[in-house]
Amino acid sequence: MDFLNSIIVQPFADMIGAPDFLLQVLWEGLVSGVLYALIALGFVLIFKSSRIFNFAQGIMVVFAALTLVGLYEHGVPALLALPLTLLVMLILAIAVERVVLRPLVNQPDIILFMATIGVTLFLIGLGEIIFGGENKVMITEQLYIPTGSFEFEPFGGFLLIEQKDVTAVIGAVLLVIALLVFLNKSKIGRAIRALGDDHQAALSVGISLSTIWVIVWFIAGIIALATGIVWGARAGVSFALEVIAYKALPVLMLGGLESVTGAIIGGLAIGILEKLFEIYWGQPLLGGNTEAWFAYVLALIVLLFRPQGLFGEKIIERV
Amino acid sequence: MLYRTAGQFKTTYKADHALFPVRQDAWLLAFILLLAFVVFPLTASEFAFRALLIPVLIYSLAALGLNILTGYAGQLSLGTGAFMGVGAYACYKLMSIFPELNIVVAVALSGFFSAAVGVAFGLPSLRIKGFYLAITTLAAQFFLVWLFEKWGWLYNYSVSGAIQVPNISVFGITFAGPRASSVTQYYFVLVIVAVITWFAINITRGRIGRMWKAVRDMDIAAELVGINLMKAKLSAFAVSSYIIGVSGALFVFAWRGAAEPNLFDVSLSFRVLFIAIIGGLGSILGNYLGAIVIVALPVILGTLPQAMGIPVTPATAEHLNTMIIGSVIIFFLIVEPHGLARFWAIIREKLIIWPFPH
Repeated sequence: MDFLNSIIVQPFADMIGAPDFLLQVLWEGLVSGVLYALIALGFVLIFKSSRIFNFAQGIMVVFAALTLVGLYEHGVPALLALPLTLLVMLILAIAVERVVLRPLVNQPDIILFMATIGVTLFLIGLGEIIFGGENKVMITEQLYIPTGSFEFEPFGGFLLIEQKDVTAVIGAVLLVIALLVFLNKSKIGRAIRALGDDHQAALSVGISLSTIWVIVWFIAGIIALATGIVWGARAGVSFALEVIAYKALPVLMLGGLESVTGAIIGGLAIGILEKLFEIYWGQPLLGGNTEAWFAYVLALIVLLFRPQGLFGEKIIERV
Repeated sequence: MLYRTAGQFKTTYKADHALFPVRQDAWLLAFILLLAFVVFPLTASEFAFRALLIPVLIYSLAALGLNILTGYAGQLSLGTGAFMGVGAYACYKLMSIFPELNIVVAVALSGFFSAAVGVAFGLPSLRIKGFYLAITTLAAQFFLVWLFEKWGWLYNYSVSGAIQVPNISVFGITFAGPRASSVTQYYFVLVIVAVITWFAINITRGRIGRMWKAVRDMDIAAELVGINLMKAKLSAFAVSSYIIGVSGALFVFAWRGAAEPNLFDVSLSFRVLFIAIIGGLGSILGNYLGAIVIVALPVILGTLPQAMGIPVTPATAEHLNTMIIGSVIIFFLIVEPHGLARFWAIIREKLIIWPFPH
């Protein structure tokens, strides 16, 4: 009875007992959810247009953030470092397309997946050699991102919202809107979606596979840079950031591999739910650090009911 | 010419069913076994045992387990590291609850624990497919490693949270622990690997193996011709996890001597997956070739700069290592996506007709 009480009743009593703390937890969850959604978006874009499960998205986040900070440390002004980093990501996209993807066209999915793991290892090694392994501070102020914080007193309690988190959420929303407009309205966006539907049909109407792949990887690089700046501002820039790639995988699965909406909703849901679970169930009952697996178990349970994820395309099987 | 099969007539069904119907294959195998059982133990140094021979055997065993699941039954798994951990912790608990237990029996039993865990996490495979399935094995990966860390009973509540292998002797010979000699451990691992390989070759070419291959090639079609998908998939998970569990127990007891939870993290899973893919999915031989490449590469890269007199700090060497392994993986995938085993198959084809081109 006591046990059931501690699972079913106590956490909710805690939530109602301290609504300001609950709000704080929800906000923290929302911010990390936005970040998960951003990374998952990078995955979805590449998966949609090329059926490649891009494991390297996580390391691209680290690489972009490190390049930005590294350039700044070498005396490049922050606002110039930003476009230079984008240039680096473009070069990376072209290199990946030329060296890795083009020779591997038409290979089974798992081979391409392994190739992106190879890219990941390569970038880890390269990044560590160039930038070193130590934790760096993101150049938040130099990029004119406000660093103060708002304080509220809802329900007579205390709620702290950092301005850079607000900036992150707004920035992410703008980025997603821009991306959706680009995908749905522009000519290139239509080409990307056409490639996602059917490679051969797209090729036959004159859409260049290699150009689109470079563009898609470049967009993934832009998203990686945005994620890197936001996440780096919260936790510093180092290779530890790479773990967020593992966070994005369950987000993808939950939302469905092909769905942009799925990535966003999945990201927000996982961000909020894992924080709630960690604070109210994980720490008191399970010894904490449940964030390591909660997202996966949640995705697993959802997949059992919907094998294609919440918003994925229905899997049609034919013999 | 070297591999000419002409003149090797099979006059009975038994001869046709032989494990190695081509005589040259059998000779080659005998030669490799001679090297492994006699030549290496006599000539290898302590360093070679610790850094090359034992890890190659253990990694190839783990890759063999993964290959049965991914290469033969077509179920992508990214949780190998955690299943190895289950084997290792099960063996550790067995040895600490029954200290008198024979280590060989303990290793063999510990596989059953990981097989049970593997089947449990394999259950979703009946509904979830492809990359979506990878997520369930990743769930196993992260959940189990978390469990190894938080469940004190598993590591006997030791302060460090790590497991330490005690000295274990059977018939007066120390098999595991700090006092065990490398040669003993090498033979210990070698015999188990040889037995399991023999078992794996036979199971994959038999009825069950064909069932797995049918499921891999197209599971709906397999179901239509009357294959019980549940039986096929779960048996693949069970056999694969058993082998992986045994390799995990050997990993700690015959090689590392101690282990902490993060030894079994996702990077170990990926290393084993690299071995299976570079070696060749759906082949037994490939696992050994892949393990040789993945284990030997860092060792060679570690000693090469010194030998050539180029000063490189250990940190840089390690990062270069990561970079080169990444590029080697991409290179192998581009050159031969079917792995080193396919290379050997091509060489063998050529040798049969050599010196003629056709």
